[in-house]
Amino acid sequence: MQIASAPRSRSNWQREAIAIWGYVQRNYFLTRRYFLWEVVWLVYSVMNALTIGFIGVGVAGTPEEVAIFTTYLLIGTLIWSYLSMIFDLLSETVSWERWEGTIEYTFMSPASRAAQLLGMGVYAVVYGIVRMIIMLGVISLFFDMDFGNANYLGALGLLAICSVSLVGFGMVAAVMPLLSPEKGQQVTSIVTAVLLLVSGIYYSVDVLPGWLQPLAIISPVTYALDGIRDMLLLGDSFASQWGNVWPLLIMGLIFPPLGLYLFHKGEMFAKRTGRLKRSG
Amino acid sequence: MSEMRSELALELRDVSKVFKKKRNEYAHALKHVSFEMGRGECIGILGPNGSGKSTLVRVISTLTTQDTGSVHIFGHDAVKHPRTVQRFMNRVSVEASFFKKMSSRENLIFGAKLYGVPDGESRPRIKEILDGVGFDYKRVNEPMEHLSRGMQQKIALARALLTSPVLMLLDEPTTGLDPRSKKDVQSLIRRIRADHESSILLCTHDMDEAEQLCDRIGILLNGELVALDTVDGLKQHYQKDRVLPTLEEVFMSATGSTLEEAEFADELEKEPVAQGV
Repeated sequence: MQIASAPRSRSNWQREAIAIWGYVQRNYFLTRRYFLWEVVWLVYSVMNALTIGFIGVGVAGTPEEVAIFTTYLLIGTLIWSYLSMIFDLLSETVSWERWEGTIEYTFMSPASRAAQLLGMGVYAVVYGIVRMIIMLGVISLFFDMDFGNANYLGALGLLAICSVSLVGFGMVAAVMPLLSPEKGQQVTSIVTAVLLLVSGIYYSVDVLPGWLQPLAIISPVTYALDGIRDMLLLGDSFASQWGNVWPLLIMGLIFPPLGLYLFHKGEMFAKRTGRLKRSG
Repeated sequence: MSEMRSELALELRDVSKVFKKKRNEYAHALKHVSFEMGRGECIGILGPNGSGKSTLVRVISTLTTQDTGSVHIFGHDAVKHPRTVQRFMNRVSVEASFFKKMSSRENLIFGAKLYGVPDGESRPRIKEILDGVGFDYKRVNEPMEHLSRGMQQKIALARALLTSPVLMLLDEPTTGLDPRSKKDVQSLIRRIRADHESSILLCTHDMDEAEQLCDRIGILLNGELVALDTVDGLKQHYQKDRVLPTLEEVFMSATGSTLEEAEFADELEKEPVAQGV
């Protein structure tokens, strides 16, 4: 008896597209299987957002000033929740495989690293959007947010551009666990923490000490938040935000290919030094 | 499937690999290993833990690059064209490399997609293959962590079969299995050989398994391939007083120790302080 028949032959790009979808689907399977943990993390994120929102409510000022300040804080919380999710998922690409013990199987498969990182990126964006919508729904029950003049389309456009740069930024960080199985993931956590500090999530970057401000310039989150706040709170047009758009476009053009290049170099190094294995 | 440029499934020439352990301390995992494996052939590599079997499999499967020498798979250089050679092969290792919370079906669907096989094609074949490997299909949606090691190894073989590899790398696929599961997996390997004309490299430290399943057997010790021949050839080469030795005796003659002694020596080397060396 024949145990199995041979699969159909396909072109390279078809196989790559199937592999990208494979990573998206696998992450969906994992999210479903770890559903209770997903609920726990979501509840934690919502509580965190509510806590920050109530800090805004407690500030002295006219009701309009309080509403604007609360909205300012909550925009920061929501956008950070979304963008940090993208960065974290991408930067954990290698660590996930190592935790699960699948790294060797995945890395010896003919699917390219570009397919792997793109699949992770697509899932991170979709997952982040769903999470952000749920958080926004819950938060809006608690706070009277000031979106009277909001330019929603412009804000979404800027968020989409920033997502591309963040995917690339995450790809750059994803190489760390390849270079150092023991300490690599910790380094990416430090990068997340620095992004949180310097990107103006809960305050303007102007309040940072002068020596820290240059770091804000290289964080894509800084430009995304600045532009999105102006468009949601003041109703600014997308065109008027060109000062925030062009740095994100440049980062979006530079970071993904740079991430792929560094990942390739990291993979070669890991293969040479025997680091591409399940245990560190 | 990419073009096969050679009738040789596998061709290793003078492959060496050294790993740096600590400052000024190096481990010679492979020392000038050379051999060829024909299409449809099954070669067993016998060796104790730490002899270099897993490094050999990693080098062939493009997970580790050799320091010197070359690896060709169906005529393609594994270092220069990794994606091409990866399409030819699949691997089953001693550890179950699965997402433990995901079901066997989910793991198989994902594994197939990595090799460019979409849902529409893999789903019906999963049923066909799981029936073929004797897996109880009713359990296909259970998380992998609920399955026994024997069942997990059957799923690992099914995952490999799903991509129809022409070269299978089996790295101790029956280690740690109970006798019944071991037998099941071994008979499955036999059927894979018969039905698929796959070339198989089987790394094991089970002498009987190697003798039953393989056309030729190599003995790897401290990274060196000290012998490679058919079972009869090995026995004739190492016979004394016109009495054919067992494979165990062949191993002793070739390496100077039994498999168990060689493994114990390796453990001593790994834990010098604990052993008071």
